[in-house]
Amino acid sequence: MSDTDYNFAYLDEQTKRMIRRAILKGVAVPGYQVPFASREMPMPYGWGTGGVQVSAACLTPEDTFKVIDQGADDTTNAVSIRKFFEKTAGVAVTEKTAEATIIQTRHRIPETPLTEDQILVYQVPIPEPLRFLEPRETETRKMHALEEYGLMHVKLYEDISRHGEIATAYAYPVKVEGRYVMDPSPIPKFDNPKLESAALQLFGAGREQRIYAVPPFTKVVSLDFEDHPFDPSKAPHPCALCGAEDTYLDEVITDDAGGRMFVCSDTDFCARRRGEAA
Amino acid sequence: MTPLLDVKSLTMTYGGRIGCTDVSFTLYPGEVLGIVGESGSGKSTLLNCLAGHLPPDRGEVIFDTRAGGPRDVLAMSEPERRMLGRTDWAFVHQNPRDGLRMRVSAGGNVGERLMAVGARHYGEIRGAALDWLDRVEIHESRIDDRPAAFSGGMQQRLQIARNLVTGPRLVFMDEPTGGLDVSVQARLLDLIRGLVRRMGLSAIVVTHDLAVVRLLADRLMVMKDGRVIETGLTDQVLDDPQAPYTQLLVSSVLQV
Repeated sequence: MSDTDYNFAYLDEQTKRMIRRAILKGVAVPGYQVPFASREMPMPYGWGTGGVQVSAACLTPEDTFKVIDQGADDTTNAVSIRKFFEKTAGVAVTEKTAEATIIQTRHRIPETPLTEDQILVYQVPIPEPLRFLEPRETETRKMHALEEYGLMHVKLYEDISRHGEIATAYAYPVKVEGRYVMDPSPIPKFDNPKLESAALQLFGAGREQRIYAVPPFTKVVSLDFEDHPFDPSKAPHPCALCGAEDTYLDEVITDDAGGRMFVCSDTDFCARRRGEAA
Repeated sequence: MTPLLDVKSLTMTYGGRIGCTDVSFTLYPGEVLGIVGESGSGKSTLLNCLAGHLPPDRGEVIFDTRAGGPRDVLAMSEPERRMLGRTDWAFVHQNPRDGLRMRVSAGGNVGERLMAVGARHYGEIRGAALDWLDRVEIHESRIDDRPAAFSGGMQQRLQIARNLVTGPRLVFMDEPTGGLDVSVQARLLDLIRGLVRRMGLSAIVVTHDLAVVRLLADRLMVMKDGRVIETGLTDQVLDDPQAPYTQLLVSSVLQV
């Protein structure tokens, strides 16, 4: 079977149009979860089916595509999704953040600031920030509609009472443009300040069939208490490879004797810094 | 004096069956109204209609709101009604599991209503929770325990604390002492009576236990088959019942 047997970017045009309508609605109501008719994709749920569908609906033949998984360009998930669109859409791909026009990401925001010409597509496992507090979808939708978000702070309260600080380290809830409380997908809370970005940010949840969006320059506030303000913490080390002090770090176990090192989770950013230093 | 709650010919049917029909009464600030009747007499239906949990077919429930004066609760929009449910109203369920979040600590349970109306200072929320746990006689060392680790009586007291923390003016209670043993019941009743008197609360207490209304209620309404068959001062109704059913009810109480 030749590559041309696929429609451009795998999905048929009707489906892409349906997804674009959901995206437009999401952009019009920042932070609101728009239901959409998620399709079966040639990968299992939990591997980024939502993100892939959003990417497919946004891609044009002129785009340059980049995929990161936990900040890295070279992990299984990132490589296979990048190859998927190389094959089905024939678009140019890159590992350089600055050169990409569409970046699909799993659980990180690139360290390099994004521009107005870029779109960041998130893979979202569970779009509902209230899910673990209130299991009924009928009730959570009503809470969003009526802006009843007291429960979200109950979770933060429980964190402080048990751990002495807000222990939520990823998927940290945010309020978008003073209205909807949103789950920013499981990005580390270190990345939360970067949600106020020049780029368009789109969130796709395939299994849960929801799309939501944060348009460029939208106000995104991380929830907190007055006496326990939001703290975008990270490991207190510099990167062992490039020496950066202000990036999010992965802890890598190097041997069986307790040896470990901290390195940038954003591989492209780290490699570029090392290239410049050399 | 403006009544706090003015109910006019409230009717609720389930299909062709009567839940409660043509119920009218007024409740004044600081007054406790008891509603008694046997199982299936419509008292819980009535309470749920009043509290906005069930939509009645006909009638008016006029509540004297803090901001806007007397307003028909049933004509309010849902956000307004739910706001009322978090601020001026409180609902104490018979089973504390219905009124508590079992997976959230005692402090979080008490603090939820405060956070729901905008409290965003952890220290103050915690202070209020400690104060209320003390008022309902739960030791402060239990503040971070989950209600699942509490006894039935403690759960019920925690539920009361959680409801009263925002200083409501009207409390609905559905069998607040049901399922508790008599000595725990007695202490809980004592506590409720003290809180109601000190805070000047109005309350509507639904129960089938005549001893509870004798202790708590100023006035009494007796229901049977969805209708109110007798009303009056509590002592008057219990000591000199007029309706045949009330006479039966009063004479059915076991004397120890």
